[in-house]
Amino acid sequence: MAMYNDKVMDLFMNPQNVGEIENADGVGTYGSPVCGDMMKMSLKIENNVIVDAKFKTFGCGSAIASSSMATEMIIGKTIDEALNITNKDVLKELGGLPGPKIHCSVLSEQAIKAAIYDYAQKHGLEFEGLKDYDPNASEDDHLHEHDEEDGE
Amino acid sequence: MQKVYLDYSATTPVKKEVLDEMIPYFTEKFGNPSSLYEIGADSKEAITKARGQVAGLIGAGEKEIIFTSCGSESDNWALIGTAEAKKDKGNHIITTAIEHHAVLHTCKYLEKHGFEVTYLGVDEDGRINLSELEAAITDKTILISIMFINNEMGAIQPIKEAAAIAKKHGIWFHTDAVQALGNVEIDVKELGVDMMSMSAHKIYGPKGIGAMYLRKGVVLPGFIHGGAQEFKKRAGTESVPNIVGFGKAAELAKENLSEHIARLSELRDYFIKEVTTKIPDVDVNGGMKYRHPGNVNLTFNFIEGESLLILLDMKGICISTGSACSSASLVPSHVLSALGVPVEKIHGSLRFSIGDFTTKEDLDYTVENLIEIVAKLRTISSVSSEKGW
Repeated sequence: MAMYNDKVMDLFMNPQNVGEIENADGVGTYGSPVCGDMMKMSLKIENNVIVDAKFKTFGCGSAIASSSMATEMIIGKTIDEALNITNKDVLKELGGLPGPKIHCSVLSEQAIKAAIYDYAQKHGLEFEGLKDYDPNASEDDHLHEHDEEDGE
Repeated sequence: MQKVYLDYSATTPVKKEVLDEMIPYFTEKFGNPSSLYEIGADSKEAITKARGQVAGLIGAGEKEIIFTSCGSESDNWALIGTAEAKKDKGNHIITTAIEHHAVLHTCKYLEKHGFEVTYLGVDEDGRINLSELEAAITDKTILISIMFINNEMGAIQPIKEAAAIAKKHGIWFHTDAVQALGNVEIDVKELGVDMMSMSAHKIYGPKGIGAMYLRKGVVLPGFIHGGAQEFKKRAGTESVPNIVGFGKAAELAKENLSEHIARLSELRDYFIKEVTTKIPDVDVNGGMKYRHPGNVNLTFNFIEGESLLILLDMKGICISTGSACSSASLVPSHVLSALGVPVEKIHGSLRFSIGDFTTKEDLDYTVENLIEIVAKLRTISSVSSEKGW
């Protein structure tokens, strides 16, 4: 399909780290099926380092590819490093997404933050990267412009 | 790789018999129909023949068929033309919430110019309620425009009954029959419609040619100005090869109509049965009783339509989705919304449209791949039947 580059297609066809970690240290969800995409991220954290990450995503090809890429990017990183990852970093690693799909990379950035926030809450920890994090922010806060189109 | 085309509601391939008729009109029979010498007259004659063929498919008189560039032009003309012709009578138009954008966006345009539009809702079968239609009429109503068959979920509207209501109140009635043409019996006299939009590329004819049925006595101001073509109703040098192709396609559609309907309905019902028995958590969108013979609209719960579409495309299967994530549009289908399908389920909706070249083997191949792809995407999905939405 010409709309995605090879890297995105490959990750969509063969996503890495799909699933849920049992007894995860942090679990976070972002998005909703109503918005068209929802990602659930679970993390295994040891000594402040993310040793494993798994995801489940309801969404389009780019949402699935972004999710897969995000898990790969955070495994082995410290929590602070993971919190510094932005959707632009995910986009860059993916080699870009078509314009209307850029919000899919926000999904993974926010799911990482949600999962770490859950970990921080459970352990009474504070992280610099979560200072401005609002767990109740909705996807509408960064919603895309709505173009109508029809080709029939 | 096997190629399976299941998007006949988007467009159809041109049939060979149609193309064969068209070819000479690109080269040796290239004359302008308005020219007086022989090759001009030949072109003019070809148009007259095609007009008769299109008229024949819908039971119209020859002079009641006006060729346009596409179905959308016909829709635009019907609405804007009526608005202009009847502006002294009133400024109210009644249509439905499930129209094609060629009607809906034209209504939005007219709303900006002082017109008021009522958008009728539909029931779970995708059909309008006739008493609601009648109740919506005011003394300012100048036009009722109701699509014959919906392009997404295939609902066939009660056009004859709706047209009768319009007539009773002295209001013009238009129907967008782009999806209906060649897929149901149409007799404009029996239906009692005043205007009807049609398109060739949905009935195995070429793209770039449409037509309007304009009942004798309905006087619409012209939409394209600058020449005496099409009984002075639509200027512009006629697209002779396309018109010839439309004519042939209409002739074939008429010849094959009952067989076409029977064959498509059988394939459609077979496909729905196969998918719904072999894949869990699939909903059929729209009712079955009044449905386009080739239309299948399904929601695959807990997964998103664009990812399904891409994986099917990788297997050579062409379908379309009502998902907001499809192509550049991030708005979920307005038609499925009007049907009352929850947004999360619209994201997972796919339309399969079956046509004359579809075989049972194509459908079996599609089902086989759907089973695999749906299972794969459900493994990845963060929602499931156990956890719910």
